[in-house]
Amino acid sequence: MSTTTTPPASATETAPGRGMRFTSWAANYVDERTSASTAVKALGRKIFPDHWSFMLGEVALYSFIVILLSGTFLTFFFDPSMTEVEYEGSYVPLQGIPMSVAYHSALDISFEIRGGLLMRQVHHWAALLFVAAIGLHMLRVFFTGAFRKPREFNWVIGFLLFVMAMALGFTGYSLPDDLLSGNGLRIIDGMIKAVPVAGAWISYLLFGDEFPGTDIIPRLYVLHIMLLPAITIALIGIHMVLLIVNKHTQFAAPGRTNDNVVGAPVLPAFAAKAGGFFFIVFGVIVLIASFFTINPIWNYGPYDPSPVSAGTQPDWYIGFADGALRLIPPNLDWVDPFGFTWPFGVLIPLVGLLVFLAAVALYPFFEAWVTGDKREHHIAERPRNAPVRTAIGAAGVTFYAALWAAASSDLIATHFRLSIEGVIHALQFATVVGPFIAFSITKRVCLALQRKDREIALHGFESGRVVRLPGGEYIEVHEQLDDFERWRLVSFDEYQPLMIRPNDDGKITVSQRVRAGLSRWFFEDRIAPVTQNELEAQKH
Amino acid sequence: MIRRIETHDTMAHTPAPARRAGRRSPLATTALLVVGLLATGGAYALATTTATAETTAASAELIDEGGKLFAANCASCHGLDAEGTAAGPTLIGAGALAVDFQVGTGRMPMAASGPQAEKKPVQFTQEQIDAMAAWVADLAPGPAVPADRYIAGDGDAANGAELFRINCAMCHNVAGAGGALTEGKWAPGLAGVDPVHVYGAMVTGPQNMPVFSDLNLTPEEKNDIITYLMYVEENPSVGGWDLGSLGPVSEGLFIWIFGLGALIGVTIWLTAKSN
Repeated sequence: MSTTTTPPASATETAPGRGMRFTSWAANYVDERTSASTAVKALGRKIFPDHWSFMLGEVALYSFIVILLSGTFLTFFFDPSMTEVEYEGSYVPLQGIPMSVAYHSALDISFEIRGGLLMRQVHHWAALLFVAAIGLHMLRVFFTGAFRKPREFNWVIGFLLFVMAMALGFTGYSLPDDLLSGNGLRIIDGMIKAVPVAGAWISYLLFGDEFPGTDIIPRLYVLHIMLLPAITIALIGIHMVLLIVNKHTQFAAPGRTNDNVVGAPVLPAFAAKAGGFFFIVFGVIVLIASFFTINPIWNYGPYDPSPVSAGTQPDWYIGFADGALRLIPPNLDWVDPFGFTWPFGVLIPLVGLLVFLAAVALYPFFEAWVTGDKREHHIAERPRNAPVRTAIGAAGVTFYAALWAAASSDLIATHFRLSIEGVIHALQFATVVGPFIAFSITKRVCLALQRKDREIALHGFESGRVVRLPGGEYIEVHEQLDDFERWRLVSFDEYQPLMIRPNDDGKITVSQRVRAGLSRWFFEDRIAPVTQNELEAQKH
Repeated sequence: MIRRIETHDTMAHTPAPARRAGRRSPLATTALLVVGLLATGGAYALATTTATAETTAASAELIDEGGKLFAANCASCHGLDAEGTAAGPTLIGAGALAVDFQVGTGRMPMAASGPQAEKKPVQFTQEQIDAMAAWVADLAPGPAVPADRYIAGDGDAANGAELFRINCAMCHNVAGAGGALTEGKWAPGLAGVDPVHVYGAMVTGPQNMPVFSDLNLTPEEKNDIITYLMYVEENPSVGGWDLGSLGPVSEGLFIWIFGLGALIGVTIWLTAKSN
């Protein structure tokens, strides 16, 4: 196979130049030893459909590369030691203050090392962007149904990447050992200690002592720069391989079916575009990092367990957990008859968040079970064409957003001149009732949009041209869509609720009933796609 | 020094009392003031040798003037003899510094009842404030306006920063950006606050603020805190625009709206069909 890549220059062709000959020779040399051409041939012809929302995952990938590069720079200068030293750097309001070497070196990166502050800000801004891009990418995949067979595993891997990103972010946030990061760790410590029976043991194991101890920062450092990045890189690798194996989804359009992928091949155009996009992402991050402060650790001072600053919040991706702790009503703690305290004020948010994350991870399997759909899906659905899924997504987004907003309840109160109790109560309502409201509104909107699509596909759209007929009647002329546009509106799958059927033993199991009930809930209200017969009847 | 500028500024839009109706030229007033100051200053220098008495010395005329201003502007809530009513607390023992803080920041007279008295344009000239302060101080002993050396801002910024983190940051935020309290109240941001008002707030504990007595924070330590606040104000963030010094919330909003927003714009541009 490799011999065909560089045929000897034939007499009929113009003799290649010296540079070309060298390139051919080098390519052949490498190929004969690695069979790289096989991979290039396979990958180079891989097709990527064009849609802006398909590039969100790329934003995440590129910001991760920026994180790796800037993080490597930071490791050259950061020292996670908890040895106590006196600050002697150039930031006046900290001079002479005792602090850990970790905080001192983080300050030195910011004030003494050339380019250090820029790199710190690049690293942190890129981290915020990384998780944000993952979040938006997940929403895109969810709302277009791109997690359906055969992509369920890749959804789960993507979810694990999201969790890894949060873990990386949180460990990184804790490293400078300033007041803000210590406050964050204190909350984690409290959540761990709330775990029944094992909590105090886990806390001592993690912190090596009563909080805060001197072990935690070096331990988090090892996790942050070794284990978690290694897992993340491995998961990204699997994610990409599965992306290639499963192929990319595409939106329905003329010529785009469930059995093909229409778009640009990786080589040369897409690779060039993607490479350029990497530099744009890098550039945007550096631009932001140059002009906007992020995490001014020098303001916070060294960690001291006694002070907590107003406006102490985690980075945005941990905000939903912080918000859950803020929203839980007070006085839930319970002392059981054996004298053990059950801190439900912490346990309920903890369990609730784990259940929420598990629901996100397992949703594809749930939907596959409810629909009983065993087909492969390579067409990205328009959200309106799966009303219940879209509504579930909207409910989940509302739940998350309410918790997220709750993490900034104090700032909402001061900046909108509200009372913080009012803000908390409103967000408690939004967390509990909001998802239901969002569900029903979204579902109705989806059905209405589907109905509108159906109407337009069958009867055309209102042209705005009002015509008077000879009999005196006025009509508005409807114009028909062309076939290409109509295709977009009519091509979607129709589902029916599953019927309850007895199994081989002639019995109807409970799970059968549950499944049929859920299926009815999913597909009871539906708009049928326009059929060929309907279209033809319309034309006459 | 800043305080004097502020006073001039407020004089411009304060409804001037009748004595400035224009029968004399402004220069005459100034000349009279200089003569008066020289006379009282000289008399004062002869009469006393201790520097601390400076702040408590007030002439009967000043007190009288303050009493009139109080009766006209404050008595409806605080009572004619400052004994307090249902609408406002007693000012007996409140001291000159409390008056200087409350009236000097525009919080008093209050525009309307609310969760807390808000800062607003100052309603009186510094002379009028001093007169009212003298009148209140004359009712009963209370905290006096500090000597200049305690509000000079030339102390130890590092010590001030540490004291600020321990005593103030839980409400006012580490960078003095302010924060929320219960029931619609809030701890205000500290940027642009006159040092004497920072000092006054610490000593008198206005509204929801606790009192930091001289046993709690010595006058020198209060000066250190003022030094730190002035440092933060005079040295903008080295990392670029500070997004309000509000911490991770404004950073998160920024990256979602401007960071991700810009990149989504780019993705749309990259995948746009050429016409």
